[in-house]
Amino acid sequence: MSDLALAQTDAPVRRSVRSEGPVARAALIGLALLFLALVLGFPLVSVFVEALRKGWDAYHEALVEPDALAAVRLTLLVAAIAVPVNVVVGLAAAWAIAKFEFRGKALLTSLIDLPFSVSPVVSGLVYVLLFGAQGLLGPWLKAHGIEIIFALPGIVLATIFVTFPFVAREVLPVMQAQGAAEEEAALMLGASGWRTFWTITLPNVKWGVLYGVLLCNARAMGEFGAVSVVSGRIRGLTTTVPLHVEILYNEYNTVAAFAVASLLALLALITLVLKTLLEWRYADELSAGAKH
Amino acid sequence: MTRKRLRRLFDHALAVTVVAFCFAIASGARAQTVELLNVSYDPTRELYRAINAAFAQEWKAKTGQTVTIRQSHGGSGAQARTVIDGLNADVVTLALGGDIDAIAQRTRKIPADWQTRLPHNSSPYTSTIVFLVRKGNPKGIKDWGDLAKPGVGVVTPNPKTSGGARWNYLAAWAWAKKAYGGDETKVRAYIAALFGNVSVLDTGARGATTTFAQRGIGDVLLAWENEAYLAGEEFGAGRFEIVTPSLSILAEPPVALVDGNADAKKTREVAQAYLEFLYTPKAQAIIAKNHYRPIRPETADPKDLAQFKPIELVTIDKDFGGWAKAQPEHFGDGGTFDQLYKPKR
Repeated sequence: MSDLALAQTDAPVRRSVRSEGPVARAALIGLALLFLALVLGFPLVSVFVEALRKGWDAYHEALVEPDALAAVRLTLLVAAIAVPVNVVVGLAAAWAIAKFEFRGKALLTSLIDLPFSVSPVVSGLVYVLLFGAQGLLGPWLKAHGIEIIFALPGIVLATIFVTFPFVAREVLPVMQAQGAAEEEAALMLGASGWRTFWTITLPNVKWGVLYGVLLCNARAMGEFGAVSVVSGRIRGLTTTVPLHVEILYNEYNTVAAFAVASLLALLALITLVLKTLLEWRYADELSAGAKH
Repeated sequence: MTRKRLRRLFDHALAVTVVAFCFAIASGARAQTVELLNVSYDPTRELYRAINAAFAQEWKAKTGQTVTIRQSHGGSGAQARTVIDGLNADVVTLALGGDIDAIAQRTRKIPADWQTRLPHNSSPYTSTIVFLVRKGNPKGIKDWGDLAKPGVGVVTPNPKTSGGARWNYLAAWAWAKKAYGGDETKVRAYIAALFGNVSVLDTGARGATTTFAQRGIGDVLLAWENEAYLAGEEFGAGRFEIVTPSLSILAEPPVALVDGNADAKKTREVAQAYLEFLYTPKAQAIIAKNHYRPIRPETADPKDLAQFKPIELVTIDKDFGGWAKAQPEHFGDGGTFDQLYKPKR
């Protein structure tokens, strides 16, 4: 009876939602598409148009130039260190929050989000204040011959900081939705902690992890602000791809700047495709999980 | 099955990381050659690219050692800050002495008397401030007085962050002081009117040039002489014209060895040779070719020298009492710039 009543009140609401005419619908869709084309499509195309303005040879030359190669190598290296670190730490944090009750849990949850709410420039500056020559640990590091700021470790640290939330944030809701029942069953059946993690916990969140890795990687390779503060801009040594783009642009070397920028644009496109594929897979997994 | 696959994935990731680490270490160890780091200001990119190639060649011929010179560029004040924070520069080549003084005071890596260690106040080249206007000079800009007229759009970087901008400001001040017979009220009114015409204050000289040349903002750019010539070359000759004002300021961008870093890296000898190389005929010719005024013009190509118009130049030491006095008086908190510049809202 009550079900019927609900269905009856439901119906007119649903109809009214779709009541706009075909003209209004076409106009709205057209407006959205136009906006997307102007704000996203056009700039993206212009990157490649500018990059290829002097032909393929100039494009190729800009990419194989030693400083550009050094920038690409540095960016890949930084991502190769920062992303795995964030996967391990992010998984651990999400796991602790989702499966256990402890004091300070709310604090940990908001700490994970901190990098999102802090300006990247500030994240870079805190490392300068900490590890710089005038900083807290600077004199000690200097005395022991350890270089952090204006060198690879500083760039990696800044990148880890700004990209930390991606994996944890993706994995956490999946873990929370699944609860601890399966793990408890495994432990009760005599599986060790590690075995439970590898056979139950990790497989359950693998798509979430992959999704997080993808976003984390895209940001790690594209980060400008924080890295710019700690890099010292030594050409061919501490300039990542985004910094190299800025340098080239400031040298009036527009074609080369856009050629290198097109690498980042390609990275964005690949990320987008992989993300779409994953979302499709991920949604499958989630609905399968909800069934049992 | 899945577990095995995941493990394999994890192993692969681990392997990639280890290889990446080894690669990083190897690329560090591969550096058998001497490496210098020259921390410089914005518009010297093209100059030092040419100088570095010439010096590397000469050093190789003289000692058989291969020297690689790394460059870092940015706003002069910001670059000094980076060196203070620990950037391992062997030499600094900045826009004004005050920035190198700041490094000397705050790190003691440079002795206080650094400016007396190399000839000519440690400035192997000088430059001055000129105007860059659009083709045909549609606003008829001839001298400093024209910049304060209503309807003229002026582009200059921010004196708070840019060394070049401080030279711009003081050049305008010097002209006004002469034009108004030293009447400070009129000088202040002129500077206020001039900066009332400024629509964008970029942080560095290169940014200001891009604003003017690429984005097409403003009628006149106050620029380093070398930057003005370079903009003409880069954006196509004939799009811009250089206007030489009746009076300008002698800008002396100095160079210095950062003793603390060079000694720690054991590069003092080659770093010192690098700075001395700037005074040789070969380097002086390169300097003139890159539109800086060489301090030993007799060794430069006369064709390059012809580009430098004779111009009456005031100096920071004689007319403003040196940077130690001019910096706080004009650009410190509450200085004349803060008093006279009212941002448009």
